[in-house]
Amino acid sequence: MGDIAIRFIIGGLFVTAFAVIGDLLKPKSFAGIFGAAPSVALATLGLTIAKNGNAYAALEARSMLAAAGALLVYCVLVTWLLKRDHLHALAATSSAILAWFIVAFGAWYVWLK
Amino acid sequence: MSEMRIKIDPKSLSQTRWYECAIRFVLGGMITVVAGLLAKKFGPAVGGLFLAFPAIFPASATLVEKHEKEKKAQQGLHGEERGRDAAALDAAGAAMGSIGLLIFAVTVWLLLPNHSAWAVLSGASVLWFVSSCCLWFLREHRHKVFGFEPNAKHVTRVSRS
Repeated sequence: MGDIAIRFIIGGLFVTAFAVIGDLLKPKSFAGIFGAAPSVALATLGLTIAKNGNAYAALEARSMLAAAGALLVYCVLVTWLLKRDHLHALAATSSAILAWFIVAFGAWYVWLK
Repeated sequence: MSEMRIKIDPKSLSQTRWYECAIRFVLGGMITVVAGLLAKKFGPAVGGLFLAFPAIFPASATLVEKHEKEKKAQQGLHGEERGRDAAALDAAGAAMGSIGLLIFAVTVWLLLPNHSAWAVLSGASVLWFVSSCCLWFLREHRHKVFGFEPNAKHVTRVSRS
């Protein structure tokens, strides 16, 4: 339980910190970079390294390749849905999550499993 | 077309309410816990997939849209389309960031087994930032660099706000 609480707090702090940096910056297209900051990755990898060592964390980073590729597809799809389909941000970002799952797990299954 | 300058605007923080930060904190904490639990149950290969999950992106993009709409409403204007444009620009920026995230992942995967964790994570973070900034710069100045026409609609509407 203590481990989960520590993960929650560290993850929350990293994500909030990067989000606040993004809020401070202009123009919006530049601030958007911080929407794909390695916040969860830094929190998780740091905790994994402390508990399971470097080699174990490197395996997580390998899978992160598929996830980051899927995030790129997700962001492009969200941009397209907002610009072309005129969806609201919540509808566009929520519906595109399905694409993230398909690309991330598909890439992982084909190349990384 | 004038140059688009990167600047720090502390005033924009006043638009962010405490509960909006709390939502990001909770979502960030939750996805970190989920990644850890999945790694424990199914191994690091599955847990690692959630290191680049867009957990807080829907909340962030919705806030960007909402703030832009509020700003226009204060001026007595309908900010519906501007809000959407702002969220689209945010997503386009995140696309640059996700390419940087790929570079981050490759760096950590290849260097972590044989180097200091602190040095690898710091170096990979710097690489994420520098590569994302370079891509953003190339995208914003593509008309000069590659001879492409900029998307005038978005440049004039939101980017400079």
